[in-house]
Amino acid sequence: MTVNETPAPLIVDPSRRIFGLETEFGLHFRHGAVRKITAEEVAGALFHSVVQWGRSSNVFLPNGARLYIDVGAHPEYATAECDTLTDLIAQDKAGERIVADLVAGGERRLRESGIEGEIHLYKNNVDSAGNSYGCHENYLVRRRPDFASFAGALLPFLITRQILVGSGGVTGTGTSARYCFSPRADHVWEAMSSATTRSRPMINTRDEPHAHADLYRRMHVIVGDSSMAEPTILLKVGSMDLLIRMLEAGQALPDLTIARPMQAIREVSHDLTGCALVDLEDGRRLTPIQMQEECLAAVEARIGTVIEATPEVRRILSLWRRGLEAVQAGDHTPVETELDWAIKRRLIERFRERTGASLDDPRIARLDLAYHDVAPGHGLYPALVAQGLIRTEVGEDQILRAVDDPPETTRARLRGRFVRAGIESHRDITADWVRLKVVGDEGKTILLKDPFRADDGRVDDLIASMTSSGTQVD
Amino acid sequence: MPQVSSSEHPYDEPDDAPATSPGGVPQAQANAVDALLDEIDVTLQQNAEQFVRSFVQKGGE
Repeated sequence: MTVNETPAPLIVDPSRRIFGLETEFGLHFRHGAVRKITAEEVAGALFHSVVQWGRSSNVFLPNGARLYIDVGAHPEYATAECDTLTDLIAQDKAGERIVADLVAGGERRLRESGIEGEIHLYKNNVDSAGNSYGCHENYLVRRRPDFASFAGALLPFLITRQILVGSGGVTGTGTSARYCFSPRADHVWEAMSSATTRSRPMINTRDEPHAHADLYRRMHVIVGDSSMAEPTILLKVGSMDLLIRMLEAGQALPDLTIARPMQAIREVSHDLTGCALVDLEDGRRLTPIQMQEECLAAVEARIGTVIEATPEVRRILSLWRRGLEAVQAGDHTPVETELDWAIKRRLIERFRERTGASLDDPRIARLDLAYHDVAPGHGLYPALVAQGLIRTEVGEDQILRAVDDPPETTRARLRGRFVRAGIESHRDITADWVRLKVVGDEGKTILLKDPFRADDGRVDDLIASMTSSGTQVD
Repeated sequence: MPQVSSSEHPYDEPDDAPATSPGGVPQAQANAVDALLDEIDVTLQQNAEQFVRSFVQKGGE
């Protein structure tokens, strides 16, 4: 039977949400060659194997995710649509493995053209010259007429959450060098806008839902650090989800509108005591700890009503509270295996104790890069996990499965199966977030506008037709 | 540090609390940090400044 009709949008529980994370990796090639090697050359070598099977340096993968070379010649990985945080963490960690798997081939390719060197890939947000690149979060929200004020209500939270989910790092030089919560905070220039590269806002308001536009909108958050530690990802995305759930249930968030957001985000980042005073529009002056406590208390007050107290929600709230207590007490021990800034700071402080190095010592910047390096053999992360210095949220088996297979409960399942069928049947396909098409197949495009729908007879039929006709062609 | 009562914060997981036994986990972690720093010492001492400076990323987003 051939199914042609577009299925009606599924009616989903309000607590279900589609999440996605987009990570731009810093690409660094170390070599001794005399001639100058461009970033484009290195990115091209890194993606050589991808182009060979995908005929493009911009592909969707069998796990449903997108992998491509971004503007500025560096890899970007966007997770598939996930509707659970564990799927999201597994997909995000799978992305690290997928780009890391390209490194050996890229180095070999460069070696064949006479350039010996090693490729490093950083899941971080700043380079040595003051350039910044992002980790963008996507939250599918129900469409509403007041999106701007809805998103705006989250800004005070987003500006102050770095004291929990910042990746940490040294900012400034000489006597002004200090360890800050978020090196990214110095590179954000606007509260809300539809641009990204030009002005780099905190929330990008471009209306691009990749879904039924009458039902959904995508909240695209740009102000955030790439996370290495899985508990940091859990808290970063999980806390936002809880606040969005409250707003979607018609509950007001505490009014903490910040008078000067750009000044506030920098001052909060630079004060590791969490006591930087932030001027609010209503005249109050609060610390980021107080502001986060108000957000947390608002969520806690809805546990059992708007928000169900699942084990996962408990873990999010527990880490949120312990993080605030740790900053408040100036004793980071309770979170130093869970929150990136605290994990990394422990390494840096111990290094300084052992060597007497100042914070702007290049060896500390080198250590910082090693914390974020996902290239095989170069990064600290696997050893930190193995030694119990970083906690994990998902198992190694889940990550490996997420490298190959899409999440089972969202549209990503359809895309992933389609991409795999294309590879296995040797058929040229095109895919994006909402479209699937077999090249040369009478121009037939399947539109997948419901990100919650994981089953679709049209896709089953298409895959069946590819497999049978593919065998004939071969 | 005062123990938060479970009735006040019903979501708190006792398992999440850091090990409180003196020595034990904290000492093991401190040793692990030292072992890790020993391991990467050669990398850190080797031309760190040149390494860090040579990493420049053209814009994205």
